[in-house]
Amino acid sequence: MSAPPSERTVSPLIFDQGQRGRANRYVERGKALDAFLPRNLLRDELPLPENTELDVVRHYTRLSQRTFGIDVGFYPLGSCTMKYNPKVNDTLASQHEFADLHPFVPDELAQGALQVMHELERSFCSLFGMAAFSLNPSAGAQAELAALLVAKKYFRDRGETQRDKVIVPDTAHGTNPASAAMCGFTVISLKSDTRGRVDPAEIRKVLGPDTAVCMMTNPNTLGLFEERIHEVTDAVHEAGGLMYYDGANANALMGNTRPGDMGFDLMHLNTHKTFTIPHGGGGAGHGPLGVAAHLIEYLPTPYVVRDGDRYRLDFDRPKSIGPMRSFWSNFAHAVRALAYLYANGAEGLTKASQYAVLNANYLRVKIAEFLETPYPEICRHEFVASAQRLKKETGVRALDIAKALLDRNFMAPTIYFPLIVPEALMIEPTETESKETLDAFVDALREIVETAKRDPQSLMNAPVNTVVGRVDEARAARQPDLRWDPHV
Amino acid sequence: MYAPHTQADIEAMLRCIGVDSIDRLLEVPQALRLQEPLEVVSALPEYRLRRRIEQMAKRNSGADFVSFLGGGAYRHYAPPAISALAMRGEFLTAYTPYQAEVSQGYLQAIYEWQTYICLLTGMDLADASVYDGATALAESAIMAIGATGRRKFLVSRAVNPNYRAVLRTYCNGLDVTVDEITLTADGTTDLEALARAVASQEYAGVAMQSPNFFGNVDALDAAAQVTLSASGTVPVAVIAEAISLAALATPASWGAQIVAGEAQSFGVPVAYGGPHVGFIATTNAHMRRIPGRLVGKTRDSAGRTAYVLTLQAREQHIRRERATSNICTNQAHCALIATIYLALLGETGLRDVAALNLERSRELATAVSNAGIKLRFSAPFFNEIVVEVGRRGRDVLAALQERGILGGIDLGRWYPEYENCILMAATELTTTAEIGKLAGALQEVGRVGAAV
Repeated sequence: MSAPPSERTVSPLIFDQGQRGRANRYVERGKALDAFLPRNLLRDELPLPENTELDVVRHYTRLSQRTFGIDVGFYPLGSCTMKYNPKVNDTLASQHEFADLHPFVPDELAQGALQVMHELERSFCSLFGMAAFSLNPSAGAQAELAALLVAKKYFRDRGETQRDKVIVPDTAHGTNPASAAMCGFTVISLKSDTRGRVDPAEIRKVLGPDTAVCMMTNPNTLGLFEERIHEVTDAVHEAGGLMYYDGANANALMGNTRPGDMGFDLMHLNTHKTFTIPHGGGGAGHGPLGVAAHLIEYLPTPYVVRDGDRYRLDFDRPKSIGPMRSFWSNFAHAVRALAYLYANGAEGLTKASQYAVLNANYLRVKIAEFLETPYPEICRHEFVASAQRLKKETGVRALDIAKALLDRNFMAPTIYFPLIVPEALMIEPTETESKETLDAFVDALREIVETAKRDPQSLMNAPVNTVVGRVDEARAARQPDLRWDPHV
Repeated sequence: MYAPHTQADIEAMLRCIGVDSIDRLLEVPQALRLQEPLEVVSALPEYRLRRRIEQMAKRNSGADFVSFLGGGAYRHYAPPAISALAMRGEFLTAYTPYQAEVSQGYLQAIYEWQTYICLLTGMDLADASVYDGATALAESAIMAIGATGRRKFLVSRAVNPNYRAVLRTYCNGLDVTVDEITLTADGTTDLEALARAVASQEYAGVAMQSPNFFGNVDALDAAAQVTLSASGTVPVAVIAEAISLAALATPASWGAQIVAGEAQSFGVPVAYGGPHVGFIATTNAHMRRIPGRLVGKTRDSAGRTAYVLTLQAREQHIRRERATSNICTNQAHCALIATIYLALLGETGLRDVAALNLERSRELATAVSNAGIKLRFSAPFFNEIVVEVGRRGRDVLAALQERGILGGIDLGRWYPEYENCILMAATELTTTAEIGKLAGALQEVGRVGAAV
């Protein structure tokens, strides 16, 4: 990201700016606090900076200019589905009647909000072949945790408390094993076969009376479709276990195939991926949890129920695992997701997945001309390239390629993931990018690979066109400086 | 919608790939093919989808009632400058700032957020956010469990019941027992009961909320701090109304080692429950147990100041099943909103807001007392009060609702002993006229009730 010289100077912290007495008048002046409470209950000082509104506006505008989002440029971050976030969704989500609706408003005064949640849930059920969805979990990782809590309670109710193993393929997202650990499960990591898939024969070897859940995503994180998924789900079910679908890659399959039909019992969606919720620099997300019919009563509370033409929040669910968060849902995101559904309908969603897959394959074939693609076959919404050969030949690593892309106004792909591919570059273009953008990205990457052969050192110094050069992560971890300190 | 390809683009791309149709790219075994048409809402052009969802919005009349609802979500004034800045596409459409060199702005904003939370709580460090106050409490319990190796956790009954429920959900997963501390007659935590419980040295931590769910200041006293310290139990402070941090003694000053908080009050809309924004602040001793992202200040290759995600060895994408938490996505954008709110308000503005909350809630207390309604407790409070209405709280609330007023929260929902009680909140947005209307309606409802 190139920037004019003025932006490249150090940006002072808000704490190093302003003067006491520059407060903005948003509310009336309040009385001294000791008019209301005894002094021993009050704090001594409140050392916050005071800046005019203009200075605050300039400060955060400037910080925004030092930040790269989808609105700035192409964002091919694998497994993150950085598609366009339609502006109308934000307008609708921030309407007064949604934004200022208190969560403790009685159901009869929040019928529209409950309808939003219900319509969204029913559409998700049909799209993914599940019996019900809870919109309670806050993000994908929390939905995984909720799903494993559902499984744990389900097995406890069946008297099968010996089921304490969760099987996770080695290509899985890091949240899968971490969520399993938070439920007290032991994780069994499953090696992928030479084709980058889960081999049903391998999974049978680890199945047994202690199997609780097998967590998979399909297509997997290599972007490959697990076409033998039925053999896997059948084997796990025969062993008495449950199948969990990690919905991070759901953008590949809308209108084509459904996790429910593959035999999954539980799944989550990252609506901040597939359903265009803006990622916001790392959240808030939204992680609906879907279940097959036999697990509905275990879903988190509350669950939105429709009685005729009335909707209500149902808290009275004795088998529920309980709530996962303070209030019902990241509701503003449910509004955004529903707006996206309305913009598309079944046909538009089907097309979205088709074009996501088309774009990924187009990039895969073009990039294979100059970088290794360890799994050279038709992929789904994403694929993994490798800089291993390039590193051997030139010393230039995946990290250097990533930083060089930043110099060329592109966000870098996900790197060093999945773990089974050395020097991995995981690329997910999404359906909203045009052929021209994809071609420009290919040209940039090609030029980087050519530069690597001619002048590798220049790439190892990248980025040079950004507001700062390569950041010293080791120093940050060795000498943690996590806050400004008024006394330093 | 939102897909760019022309027919010519598609054909050119398919030729390049070497297949004759998109269907070829999407082949799945016969058994996996979609068997039936999808039942999804039907596609609408943008102007009609707007109308449709705007119609749904209009069916939320609760947004326009005179409201005294609080209980963990609070209406406060949010200057329009917040959304003008936070909704800038560079912020809104960024991912987690893994590539530091093109994310310096967002990383700096999060570093500022971490600092603001430290200044407000008095703690050494704070994380880049967690989902909300309830999950902040649950994750704090996990920190305490990790720090002590103990498998029991203690929580005051005066902690927000939704937070306690989420704490139980998480602890069930870990097979950790949660026990509760009883209340005093004055709506605060029974510190003597707390002292007795922790003497067993079985509890990893104990959570107290101040102001507590009833609005009362409910901090540890000096004796309880000594007892806790001797028992090795980690004190966790819960903050559900972040505006109180501008007025009340900091959690650090009353002995908290971990603060689990909710910062929705800092400019984030109530939005029917979310997204809001949780935070965890703690002491340096617990630095490597804190969940979620942390932004650190460092240098770039030329020695310039730079910011970066740090101490990632705690996190799921590095450590997998040995991570301190599974959290990946957090609430960065809400944390940004809160940061901008705090920058706009500054010391004076935030203190004014706190003072006005104290003032209006006392005005409310006086008005309902004058209307013949009894205040249930006499402990010092921040911006919420509990009133006893002489019959079931929910019946009185229903009667107030008929008069266009959301009078508060029925405490009988969680506390059978308080089924005749209502929790009422007043903020800087509560007007004298609204308080008058409530007091009048309460008198009227009281008379109707008496007649029945």
